[in-house]
Amino acid sequence: MDVEVNGEEREVAEGTTLARLLEQLGTARRGVAVAVDGTVVTRSEWQDVVLTDGAKVEILTAVQGG
Amino acid sequence: MTSDDPLVIGGQKLDSRLIIGTGGATNLAVLERALVESGTELTTVAMRRADVDGGSGVLDLLRRLGISLLPNTAGCRSAAEAVLTARLAREALETDWIKLEVHADDRTLLPEPFETLDAAEQLVADGFTVLAYTNDDPVLALRLEEAGCAAVMPLGAPIGTGLGIRNPHNIELITSRANVPIVLDAGIGTASDAALAMELGCDAVLLSTAVTRAEDPERMAAAMRNAVDAGRLARLAGRIPQRFWAQASSPPR
Repeated sequence: MDVEVNGEEREVAEGTTLARLLEQLGTARRGVAVAVDGTVVTRSEWQDVVLTDGAKVEILTAVQGG
Repeated sequence: MTSDDPLVIGGQKLDSRLIIGTGGATNLAVLERALVESGTELTTVAMRRADVDGGSGVLDLLRRLGISLLPNTAGCRSAAEAVLTARLAREALETDWIKLEVHADDRTLLPEPFETLDAAEQLVADGFTVLAYTNDDPVLALRLEEAGCAAVMPLGAPIGTGLGIRNPHNIELITSRANVPIVLDAGIGTASDAALAMELGCDAVLLSTAVTRAEDPERMAAAMRNAVDAGRLARLAGRIPQRFWAQASSPPR
């Protein structure tokens, strides 16, 4: 199935958890936050969230600005 | 000399009245020297999509310098976007402080007043310490204070213009009625603008590109630190009233 990660399509296996996706992406554990379909998923919930087909995942971090 | 009370925002004491934004610096080494020279204790960062390989140099830098993070919601156009961005910032950075900014359009980057107030109410209800970027509108400033914002941050001029304080009287109206700290945010071009903000009764100044895009950011950071101190001292000292006619300062013959 396909999910959208920061605006880009990505194929993942059925049953992939958010934690597994972030692991595959090599996302840092500190300093990032994740929303799935517009809702923030806290770090402690990453392993419990199973991605569904077409899910929109946003991974944000702090950059220079403001 | 009269001692000054520290600035307190949302229960946190800040000895520096200069808040720096990290945007616009050509590289992290330049930014580091400017931040150290400015003496700032609170610095803004923006939230953006993470590179897949991760890592955020600015966070490491600020943590190493012991500077508190003030994430912003820059780039958001609606209350809903700003609230989501604030929640993501809280999760990513483990702070409930947020610089709320909702821009109306890309050309002016002026604050969208209705969305800003709506977002402020939602974020305060959600436990955030909200520092709200706003127009130099004395009525809206009061509304944001009533909504529970920890600080209200009127602009001097649009972001990045360096036009200084376009309506000093409005800024003074805002500071004269406020019960929360007022931070002059945006429009500062040079040191005299920062000093004027403090003379008008602002509690602090927030600026970025005036320093980061100056020819010599480190030196401009020092100028801004001194300007904020000088303006604050002048405010506390109590300036002489302005007069139309001359008044001799030497005794008459």
